[in-house]
Amino acid sequence: MTGLARAAVEIDDLRVRRGDREVLHGLSLTIAAGTVTGLLGPSGSGKTTLMRAIVGVQLVDAGSVRVLGQPAGAASVRSRVGYMTQARGLYEDLTVRENVRYFCRIAGAPAARAEEALASVRLESLVDRVVRTLSGGEQARASLATALVGRPEVLILDEPTVGLDPLLRRDLWRMFHRLADEGAALLVSSHVMDEAANCDELVLLREGDILARATPDELRERTNTDDLAEAFLRLIERERPSDGRELSMPASGAVPDDVRGQGA
Amino acid sequence: MIARASTATAERVLRQLRHDHRTVALLLVVPCVLLTLLKYLFEDQPQTFDRIGVPLVGLFPLLQMFIVTSVTMLRERTSGTLERLMASPLAKLDLLAGYAAAFALVGIAQASLVATYALAALGLDTSANGLAVVALAAANALLGMSLGLLASAFARTEFQATQFMPAFILPQLLLCGLFIPRERMAGALETLANALPATYAYDALDRLASDGALGARGTIDIAAVLGLILVALALGAATLRRRTA
Repeated sequence: MTGLARAAVEIDDLRVRRGDREVLHGLSLTIAAGTVTGLLGPSGSGKTTLMRAIVGVQLVDAGSVRVLGQPAGAASVRSRVGYMTQARGLYEDLTVRENVRYFCRIAGAPAARAEEALASVRLESLVDRVVRTLSGGEQARASLATALVGRPEVLILDEPTVGLDPLLRRDLWRMFHRLADEGAALLVSSHVMDEAANCDELVLLREGDILARATPDELRERTNTDDLAEAFLRLIERERPSDGRELSMPASGAVPDDVRGQGA
Repeated sequence: MIARASTATAERVLRQLRHDHRTVALLLVVPCVLLTLLKYLFEDQPQTFDRIGVPLVGLFPLLQMFIVTSVTMLRERTSGTLERLMASPLAKLDLLAGYAAAFALVGIAQASLVATYALAALGLDTSANGLAVVALAAANALLGMSLGLLASAFARTEFQATQFMPAFILPQLLLCGLFIPRERMAGALETLANALPATYAYDALDRLASDGALGARGTIDIAAVLGLILVALALGAATLRRRTA
């Protein structure tokens, strides 16, 4: 359904080593404009490395990453990409508003955008609070505001909804879809599978390889389960059928509850 | 484009400092207290206080901007803000220019206050032109900033960053001629002193204090300080990698 959409991110045979360990092993992926793509996988699967490569701050060993038709991290493309890191990347000694205004000016956006971004994450009442004094969830929203403020065409969000209350999480997902409807490409990572149902497209990452690329419905169909966490586990089991047989596990994969949903 | 992002960065750095009232107070009060201490330490040799007073006023910004910058920049590196800036349209030059403008302003404010205090309250007797001292102090603030920026690349924690002051800056102050004239040092030390940035910063201030003017040698000293700022900034910029492992 997104086959005809313009590609916002094109990754071809990307290899990244960190120290003596290869983190991404020749990964290829295309992300279409106008979609919300979920990047799911346990911690350590390479999600953050992949996102860093897309925004152009990751040293890459081989392969190509193109964003909006240009090499990732090129000066001309950086103003069109928004990046929210897992470490919130805020100036803790400044207020929420000072942080958002700074990133607004860096992005070259008009000052009014700062207030819009603050309103979109429902932080109007906390604008004058120093970031250090905020809760984890409030800091996450402030960080999201600084990523949104330049109205980027590509939004790379690393675990943006961790620790947020369910109502706010729902509102943020609605906003992500609104931004996609306006033409943006969003890549949203999570290590929790229950976020998967909110995405148009899913990329399941495991140990630096793409395990599956599908819509939530396709994934459910392919694995015969409505539970996306369960679907992820079934895919992993299928990947190594010999192990399954040797352990004489049923094909459906009876997996202990404590690994469900989290994966790590 | 460049002007906008560097102005924004300078303003942001100054705002960070403004939120930290205690650091601002320490930056302004500590030099005054130390000068007062020296004034009474050398009560029976006022000529000594007059000799070292002006150089000290101009050297405090070097010392303090080194510490402030190395810690601030280390925080940028460890808190993830630097990574986000590297992913943003900001050019590295914007970041460096922003830091330089902010800390030069702080150096000017600090030196103006400390110089006024030394002249008016401590009776520092000097023929040095006040504006020239403040201008040199601003240059020294930039020197401290650029060295601090460079040092921050070699620190992993804030503890390490603060220890770079006694490691990098204190030896320079001991050898620059403030305590003992360099020509009375052992030959090797004198040679070493001539290779250190603070030596030129001190010489320019000392010449200003003793002759009331910079003269030809003083101009060379200032050129050396400015050149060293550029070298340290270039090395510091090289440690600001857009892409990291």
